[in-house]
Amino acid sequence: MADSLIEMTAAETARKVNARERSAREIVDATFEHVRRIDGEVGAFLTLTEEIARTQADRVDARIAAGERLPLAGVALAVKDNMCLRGTQTTAGSKILEGWNAPYTATAVQRIIDAGAIPIGKTNLDEFAMGSSCENSALGVTRNPYDAQRVPGGSSGGSAAAVASYESMIGLGSDTGGSIREPAAFCNIIGFKPTYGRVSRYGLIAFASSLDQIGPLARTVEDAALAYDAIAGHDPMDATSVDVPHESTATNLGESLKGLRVGVVKEYRAKSLGSAIDDVYAKAYADLEKLGAEIVEIGLPTADYGIATYYLIAPAECSSNLARFDGVRYGLRIEGNDMTETYDRTRAAGFGPEVKRRILIGTHALSSGYYDAYYLKAQKARTKIAADFENAFGACDVIAAPAAAAPAFRLGAKSDPYSMYLMDYYTIPVSLAGLPSISVPCGWAQPEDGDAEMPLGLQLTAPLFGERLLLGAAHAYEIATKHSKKHSPRIGSGVVGRALGVS
Amino acid sequence: MSVMKSAPATGGPTQSVGAVWEAVIGLECHVELKTQSKMFCGCKNEFGGEPNTKVCPVCLGLPGALPVPNKTAIELTIKAGLAFGSEIPRFSKFDRKNYFYPDMPKDYQISQYDMPLCKGGVVEFWLEDGSRGQCRLTRIHLEEDTGKSTHAGSSDGRLSGSTYSLVDFNRAGVPLMECVSEPDIRTAEEAVAYLETLKRTFVQLGVSDVKMEEGSLRCDANVSIRPAGSATLGTKTEIKNMNSFKSVRLAIESEITRQIELLESGGRIVQETRGWDEGAGITHAQRSKEEAHDYRYFPDPDLVPLEFEAAWIDELRSNLPAPPFKRYVRYVDEYELPTKSAAQLVENPVWEVLLDGAVRRGVKPKSYANLLLGDVAKKQNEEGLSEPVATFTIPASSEFVKLIEQGTITSKAAKEIFPRIWSGEITDPAEFVKREGLAQSSDRDEIKKFVDEVVTANADAVAEIRKGKDRALQFLLGQVMKASRGKANPALVNELLREAIGGG
Repeated sequence: MADSLIEMTAAETARKVNARERSAREIVDATFEHVRRIDGEVGAFLTLTEEIARTQADRVDARIAAGERLPLAGVALAVKDNMCLRGTQTTAGSKILEGWNAPYTATAVQRIIDAGAIPIGKTNLDEFAMGSSCENSALGVTRNPYDAQRVPGGSSGGSAAAVASYESMIGLGSDTGGSIREPAAFCNIIGFKPTYGRVSRYGLIAFASSLDQIGPLARTVEDAALAYDAIAGHDPMDATSVDVPHESTATNLGESLKGLRVGVVKEYRAKSLGSAIDDVYAKAYADLEKLGAEIVEIGLPTADYGIATYYLIAPAECSSNLARFDGVRYGLRIEGNDMTETYDRTRAAGFGPEVKRRILIGTHALSSGYYDAYYLKAQKARTKIAADFENAFGACDVIAAPAAAAPAFRLGAKSDPYSMYLMDYYTIPVSLAGLPSISVPCGWAQPEDGDAEMPLGLQLTAPLFGERLLLGAAHAYEIATKHSKKHSPRIGSGVVGRALGVS
Repeated sequence: MSVMKSAPATGGPTQSVGAVWEAVIGLECHVELKTQSKMFCGCKNEFGGEPNTKVCPVCLGLPGALPVPNKTAIELTIKAGLAFGSEIPRFSKFDRKNYFYPDMPKDYQISQYDMPLCKGGVVEFWLEDGSRGQCRLTRIHLEEDTGKSTHAGSSDGRLSGSTYSLVDFNRAGVPLMECVSEPDIRTAEEAVAYLETLKRTFVQLGVSDVKMEEGSLRCDANVSIRPAGSATLGTKTEIKNMNSFKSVRLAIESEITRQIELLESGGRIVQETRGWDEGAGITHAQRSKEEAHDYRYFPDPDLVPLEFEAAWIDELRSNLPAPPFKRYVRYVDEYELPTKSAAQLVENPVWEVLLDGAVRRGVKPKSYANLLLGDVAKKQNEEGLSEPVATFTIPASSEFVKLIEQGTITSKAAKEIFPRIWSGEITDPAEFVKREGLAQSSDRDEIKKFVDEVVTANADAVAEIRKGKDRALQFLLGQVMKASRGKANPALVNELLREAIGGG
């Protein structure tokens, strides 16, 4: 009984709760029962917000009873723990914020709650969203629901794992260089990063302000569209949030790709990710064509500079954004003999190695005498990369590419930070250009280091503010291919453990 | 070691034994803007209050909070620049100035680096002796104020020796305008005159309250000296912690003297920051250039670049009232008022309309200025007003002053009539004076009658006068004026009184 409730999509759930066939309260109860059963192994959550969830569920049921209809009525929601939810611990996966209770709620979180979603808990992430595997979290290990020995991706790995293992129906993540799309690909779900500025960043703990964007993780494109519709739109509390009218995407989901010009990137095709993976993407492009799309080859000559560019801009911004974690007002404080020593000790103990590395890189890149050579140059490269995309969109409507450079790897396999950075090779240029982009499951392949097939994601990218077109295309591809249904999660018990025969 | 003369009170090079030195001074002023809310959040912008009560996630720099710029603060800063003829570039932006300090919530300050709101401009000022000077502005930019630290556990409230510090963030995020001058100032007196122009202008434009004691104006001075006539600049020091115009003057004078003494004794000036110690009357070294921060400025990615429409800037410019210095110049050059009166008149911008209106009606500027600086100022003061009441009109007050000018009424009668001009009770003073028979009288017989009455009734006073005590004469004069309801021509009264008493 419980299993069927948690397996429902968000769309289905909202329909049933709005029709009063199901109550938000029963969904919450079933969800927590499931979470308690399996999250010890998955490790998606850092904090469970059971009290808030039940209060919100009752409020939703009351609103429905009063005749309201809510687009996400009773939908179980996982919130990445770098977003503030009033009264809950909000850590950004860091020791420096462990135990800090947010006194206010992020705009996106408030909007999705107002739309009827029920926050189940706060999910694990790479510390301050810096990483691609969740392994940089200082507060917990999250495992891939399809192979507990593998990472869920990152940095929104907790939300991705929660959605994939049915611990929630939708999740909120944040994407700076791929942090929604890569874990979505690793966990066989949908991950959608909207255009920069579409969703308010107010209440999202900043990593790199000019790149950070909140977006949904979901098991279907329709669910992602519903969640996106709930959170998108101008926010007077965020000066970078754009005042462009938001049109519903959930009501515009197509079933055909007829007439759509899909660009495949010449430079990417020249690179092999291994024959099994290459085959999956070749098949994906062929499937797009079968659905009526016209495949055109496009060039992104500067995309190769994406990682170098990103690893100057993002650390520069983070070196400044993370300065406030100094032990003075909140979070960890380790006393020294004077203020400077207190800063030093607090930050030395509070930040993990990857965060420190990026603060150092960024501080250096902004230093007097180096600014022009590093930060300014990177900004110029960013402009060129964005121009490349704009140019490419002259010949196509969406661009198709891999969402990650490999399927989910084993925990601990990437000890060298640079090899981790390369995971985001395909997502980073898109982030630098601020474009809307989605990862949709597109097939399975045997990883180099294992026998069991792991999921792969197809990244589709549209021009600025092209969310309706993008989600429409992703939906048509999804319903025609249904790659996500080939394997079930192999972790835990109950529905998620079925494939392993665990009960 | 030579014996030093202190820096001169007025302009010009400083003469000391063996050399003539010239000081070169530039000022950096931080001015808190008079807005309803803070620079990047909705918190109230008010001085004081219980510590940490005017705060929110944004001005406390809580994780995830974002700044949204205050449009009024941007407008006030542009107005300030326009008042001094600054160029207002069409594009501007905010940058982050990165450094760690406990009273700075984000450990960076949102400021402006290379694209300030205002560029250039000239601050003109006058000195007490009536001479005029000017100082070019480098720029005016907008930033956010920090919180305020209180160091406890030490005897003198200083950081050094304190055992703990408290931070009040009520001030954090208050809009702060920084005005940077070129090194055009040569004396401490000019520095103060420059500051007075800034203060007067900002107060009158409604840009700031400019209360130094509340910290809404804070000033740092860059001071160097060089041989008079030299074109190169000497090594400068930056003086901080000056809390009043008086301390600005004293600190600069003291620093000039220190530098001269140092150079004349064979020493070298070190580029450093020096704090002004008001009690000791000296500056002391705080931080050398080597310890200077690398602020790692970069454009704030939380804020979008600013672009202004030329029409909006033009509108601000055309709606700007005449800045005080312009009025001062007009009063002195055009109205030929004494510099002291002009300086006083300038303090009240509303008076300009009254004065100009009266002059258009043929009143002498000086006569009307006397009314404003006398009776009007007194009334405003008594009633706690910043400007005359609405019932005080240009036509009535102009006619009133004309009656005084022409000698139609005595100053005594004027004093009696004024309150009814103020209250609007009298709209036609000439008619009123005629109706009430208050016109000055030079009728010898009529006045003689009053004089005789007064002399008879005040035999004691008369006796005093005869003993040579002239003060009693003033008393009798007053009595006669009173008896004549202020109408009597005072000169004639004086003459007739002396005649009646005799021997005077």
